[in-house]
Amino acid sequence: MVNSTASKIKVDPRDAKLSMAHFFVAFSALALGGLMGLLQTLVRSGKWELPWGIDYYQILTVHGVLMGLVLTTFFIMGFQYAAVSRTTGGHSNAARRTGWIGFWIMLVGTLMAATMVLLKEASVLYTFYAPLKAHWIFYLGLTFVVVGSWIDGAAQIITYARWRKNNPGKPSPLLSFMAVINTVLWIVATLGVAATVLFQLLPWSLGLVDTVDVLVSRTLFWYFGHPLVYFWLLPAYMCWYAIIPKIIGGKIFSDSLARLSFILFLLFSIPVGFHHQLTEPGIDPAWKFFQVILTFMVIIPSLMTAFSLFATFERYGRSKGAKGLFGWFKVLPWNDARFTVPFIGMASFIPAGAGGIINASNQMDQVVHNTIWVTGHFHLTAATSVVLTFFGISYWLIPHLTGRTLTKAMNKLGIIQAWIWFIGMVFMSGAMHIEGLLGGPRRSAFSTYGGAKQAAEWIPYQVAQAVGGSILFLGIILVLIIFINLAFFAPKGEEEFPVAEAENTEEKAPMVFENWKLWLGITAVLILFAYTIPFIDIIQNAPPGSKGFQTWSKW
Amino acid sequence: MHIHKFEKIWLIFGVSCLVIFLSVVGVSAFYLGNKPPSCLTTINPEKVDQTKPFNKPGLNKVEGKEWDYELVFVASAFSYNPAQVEVPLGAKVKVIATTKDVIHGFEVAGTNINMMLEPGYVSEYTTTFDKAGEYLIVCNEYCGAGHHLMSSKIEVVK
Repeated sequence: MVNSTASKIKVDPRDAKLSMAHFFVAFSALALGGLMGLLQTLVRSGKWELPWGIDYYQILTVHGVLMGLVLTTFFIMGFQYAAVSRTTGGHSNAARRTGWIGFWIMLVGTLMAATMVLLKEASVLYTFYAPLKAHWIFYLGLTFVVVGSWIDGAAQIITYARWRKNNPGKPSPLLSFMAVINTVLWIVATLGVAATVLFQLLPWSLGLVDTVDVLVSRTLFWYFGHPLVYFWLLPAYMCWYAIIPKIIGGKIFSDSLARLSFILFLLFSIPVGFHHQLTEPGIDPAWKFFQVILTFMVIIPSLMTAFSLFATFERYGRSKGAKGLFGWFKVLPWNDARFTVPFIGMASFIPAGAGGIINASNQMDQVVHNTIWVTGHFHLTAATSVVLTFFGISYWLIPHLTGRTLTKAMNKLGIIQAWIWFIGMVFMSGAMHIEGLLGGPRRSAFSTYGGAKQAAEWIPYQVAQAVGGSILFLGIILVLIIFINLAFFAPKGEEEFPVAEAENTEEKAPMVFENWKLWLGITAVLILFAYTIPFIDIIQNAPPGSKGFQTWSKW
Repeated sequence: MHIHKFEKIWLIFGVSCLVIFLSVVGVSAFYLGNKPPSCLTTINPEKVDQTKPFNKPGLNKVEGKEWDYELVFVASAFSYNPAQVEVPLGAKVKVIATTKDVIHGFEVAGTNINMMLEPGYVSEYTTTFDKAGEYLIVCNEYCGAGHHLMSSKIEVVK
């Protein structure tokens, strides 16, 4: 009885509405951001030029902001809001109102920033490194996005706290726990970017102060910039750990270990920003190396995750009678888009993670830093592992929220979409990796660099990127077709929101995992340890500040 | 909390690899001297042209130092000074660079010379040019409309 109703538990329709609002913004960002990505690869192939005075760096900014900040943040908040609703029994009116307020603030902020980018007042890329000085409305818009996301995330925390209060002594539902970890990670991480925007960039762009301390700003940005990528990744892990086992008909390998790995991600994804600043002149090499060590600590929960996922797959396969060392692999439900699409993402994370290890390896970074290798890297992590998992989630979550079903045709299209995505990415990301090793720079328009021989070697790879980019754009068109179908046209029905159970339900997760004072305390200690001394150094030994520059082309 | 025996083996194996790997990286950095560039010297970004050694961009022979030459570059949107330079083959060279305006990159394609140039800071990297040929220097950090046109050239000659 319990089990049969459990699988039919629906997200409250009022919560569904808010989640869907997030997804409309997210998929609009995907459409526009994807188009910008296509145009970039075409420009860089050298075979095509942008019309009507549109500038390469303007569309690069649009692509980065839309894909890296808007698509991800809106999708993640929408997904986590639904996951908390589904596993706690729904949000209260107060939490829902909080969520809506956060959503609207984020949207207004996005539109403010977007307007400034379109007016060429902010072609500063999504990293907006000072002393490039964008229009103050751009910075204010980004502040709204961040503050809105805090309020949006608070809705999840309110509901989690209420569940804990109503169920004393019980471990919280796994998906809610994971969502709250990721929200907390996000809030702690965005403090850095909020600090540089509020205390440095806004006053400076408004003309209240003349100069900006560039290294302080960069350090605060990268304090945020690395946990940002874990904020993208953890919702994918939520799906892999707690949803995929149910889809294939298996169980979660270990509920406790899943929680432990999420806590390790919270602890070790923040005090590591220096590994984005390894080739910078103003940071002591000993502190760089210290943060490199902390960076590599996230490998431990990653190994735990890999083990758990494949253990789940193997156990399920063997329970179906699979024989031999890898027989279980064949019996996995390859015809189910809800499994196959995230699985391709999961498999991509193996080379993606290996590339990440190279990037963060202290002096090894000199070989690849700011080359297009790095772009190739995060198009495997974020734009394949994470995004394909998000697509896979959408294929059941959108119809669940809209009261429709994933039809056979759409299921098949979803699988085709994922393979197209994969092939496009092999071309694009593969070519980016190789070109990067040859020295080709990232974030650059087409250039022959005065006919240099080395630059001529890069161009064939740029053509390959344009081929990959075109295939990927086809993938984006397909996913938009599926999204629109599932949101408006798919047949009415009940689509399950799959939530897996642990293999050993007797084993309760230790309550220490829900001790937020402890985990937030350790997080704070690690951050203070990794940043206090170098940060004081940076401030005490600061050079004269920089005036603002606007070196990009204007209308 | 129960951890499966295989998972323990897997984690011990993984963590051991990690320790070995980090040790190799650490020994290479701090014992063999392959640290990433961290000069820690500051400069007034508005007085770069008047400040030594940036008042004399290009290759300068030095005496009594661990390196034979200093190769000085001044970057500004969207060029490097000098725009081209010759370096004798086998010379041990300290590359010293800074920027007069926004953040730039300084990457000598095909080598390990890859540094961020930030206003107010001096970036340095010491290396030996032991392969003759032409090396392209590119700006690999976005700096504005002409970012992709910003380059220079090192010719390593016999």
